[in-house]
Amino acid sequence: MTYAIEAEGLVKRFKETEALAGVDLGARKGSVLGLLGPNGAGKTTAVRIFATLLRPDGGRAQVAGHDVVREAGVVRAMVGLTGQYAAVDENLTGTENLLLIGRLLGLSRRDARARARELLERFQLTDAAGRAVKTFSGGMRRRLDLAASLVGRPSILFLDEPTTGLDPHSRGELWDLLRGLVADGATALLTTQYLNEADVLADDIVVIDKGRVIAEGTPDQLKSQVGGQVLELRPVLGQDLARAHVLVAGAAGPEARIEGETITAPVKDPELMPAVVRTLDREGIAVGELALRRSSLDEVFLALTGHRAEPGDPEGNGGAAVRDEDADADAELRKAVMRP
Amino acid sequence: MTATATTITAPVTKSGRVRPLDGLRQTFTMAWRSLVAVKHNPLELVDYSITPIMFVFLFTYVLGGQMAGSPEAYLKYALPGIIVQNTLFMTMYTAMALNTDLTKGVFDRLRSLPIARSAPLIGRITADLAKHVWAMLLMIGLGLLLGFRITGGLDGLLLGMLLVVVFAAAVSWSAVLIGMLAGDAEKVQAFAFTIIFPITFTSSAFVMVDTMPGWLQAWSDVNPVTHLSDAFRGLLLGGPVAEPVLWSLVWAAGIAVVFYPVAMRAYRAKT
Repeated sequence: MTYAIEAEGLVKRFKETEALAGVDLGARKGSVLGLLGPNGAGKTTAVRIFATLLRPDGGRAQVAGHDVVREAGVVRAMVGLTGQYAAVDENLTGTENLLLIGRLLGLSRRDARARARELLERFQLTDAAGRAVKTFSGGMRRRLDLAASLVGRPSILFLDEPTTGLDPHSRGELWDLLRGLVADGATALLTTQYLNEADVLADDIVVIDKGRVIAEGTPDQLKSQVGGQVLELRPVLGQDLARAHVLVAGAAGPEARIEGETITAPVKDPELMPAVVRTLDREGIAVGELALRRSSLDEVFLALTGHRAEPGDPEGNGGAAVRDEDADADAELRKAVMRP
Repeated sequence: MTATATTITAPVTKSGRVRPLDGLRQTFTMAWRSLVAVKHNPLELVDYSITPIMFVFLFTYVLGGQMAGSPEAYLKYALPGIIVQNTLFMTMYTAMALNTDLTKGVFDRLRSLPIARSAPLIGRITADLAKHVWAMLLMIGLGLLLGFRITGGLDGLLLGMLLVVVFAAAVSWSAVLIGMLAGDAEKVQAFAFTIIFPITFTSSAFVMVDTMPGWLQAWSDVNPVTHLSDAFRGLLLGGPVAEPVLWSLVWAAGIAVVFYPVAMRAYRAKT
């Protein structure tokens, strides 16, 4: 198998901390590889090595078969990078930002202008093209940043948390654009903290935590890898919650959790559901809702790392509210993106 | 594996190196970017145009009478010094702009492109030197309107401006270092103010140094701003300039020799 983006035993240290501790990953040509992990997992470090901005301390990284250290110039000529914050010049207009990149890449004045116009149109920025970027909204900036990374028609894209900090609507717009790019044949490495983003966009996922790969596979493989199904149960009376949790944990094991008013537990044994029903019935706890569903990537992540993937909260403390809000927004988004 | 289906539009050779001529063109493109930004950033226009004009007016009409008996007489002495001070202040805009590019991630984008590593840096400095010349011309023009006379001839004027630009280019390397090391643009400004303000005021830029206390005169005599102001003044007005010009060039060379390698190392480490 040849990979368009490939790393072997990638190591990067910053003083005492080991940002990458031997990472292997590969993105097939024309696919999207989702690099998933909490803050500080080493996602950005990996992207910066691939985009030739950092030199690895060990291992090797290749883009289309070219070593990112020894053939940095060649690699730069074929990759596009979109960073965590929109790296565009606020004091230039949308058009001027794209002209700048086009001219730097050696396009003639006329070609650079044509390419800028084409990209602005594709990214729905034509109306704002003549305005200074500092007047742009966050979503517009990200779109322009993505456009800037595409001026040289790169065949390989590095997208480092391209939607972090965007509202659900802008995120959905960006997702549509990214899908269009990949449909055109580009290979992309996408880092994200949003599990559903990886779920929706990525063909393959590599989960990293503390600089190490802890899981990889397709989104479906990852989901079935961890128990496959989840039991969800809500007692009618809130006061029964704690007691029900103890009972469910007795049958399902210590991974049973209370989330809001619901108890969730991974299902490893098909006998679990009837067992739980019997037990609760015997104890006289009325059950309002009972369901079996596939585990979400979120639960996969929890099972793999022992902590939730919560944007801006690598330790997973006190971020539950944020996560729930996010999940709601994401669910809505997903509907929006899925529409024909 | 071969890199099929990759469109390399970029100006790199097979080995991925940037050809010198392309590097030069990229430098000019980066300079264009710095200059065109002024159009959309009125604040920069204030920095490069309004502030210099204000300095000339304030020094001439507020301080002039007390300093030299009449605004015109003081203008004759102070205009070269005001221009030197303003130019030195303006070099710190280079630091602020570089710092902004660094913190906003613009350098990341630029470095991921197949362009000469030095193009963003040299392009910025080139554009800023052009802005220095613009501000200088503005101040000299205003000075002429207010009664300043260039008695040193056109070659004196051109040589004088060239000297100030060369000096500013040398100081720019300290600005590059500050821009790379500072946490944010506000810190750059604060730092620059606390360095440049005292240095320019303890020189012969605005006053003749003979009323200063002895210890201050001793410093003022070696202060590079004194040499540069005296040289520029001499070239504009005509008079003996060999010594201050020489010392100005020595200082410029010294500043460049000290700061260029450190600044370049910081630039390479940070971008």
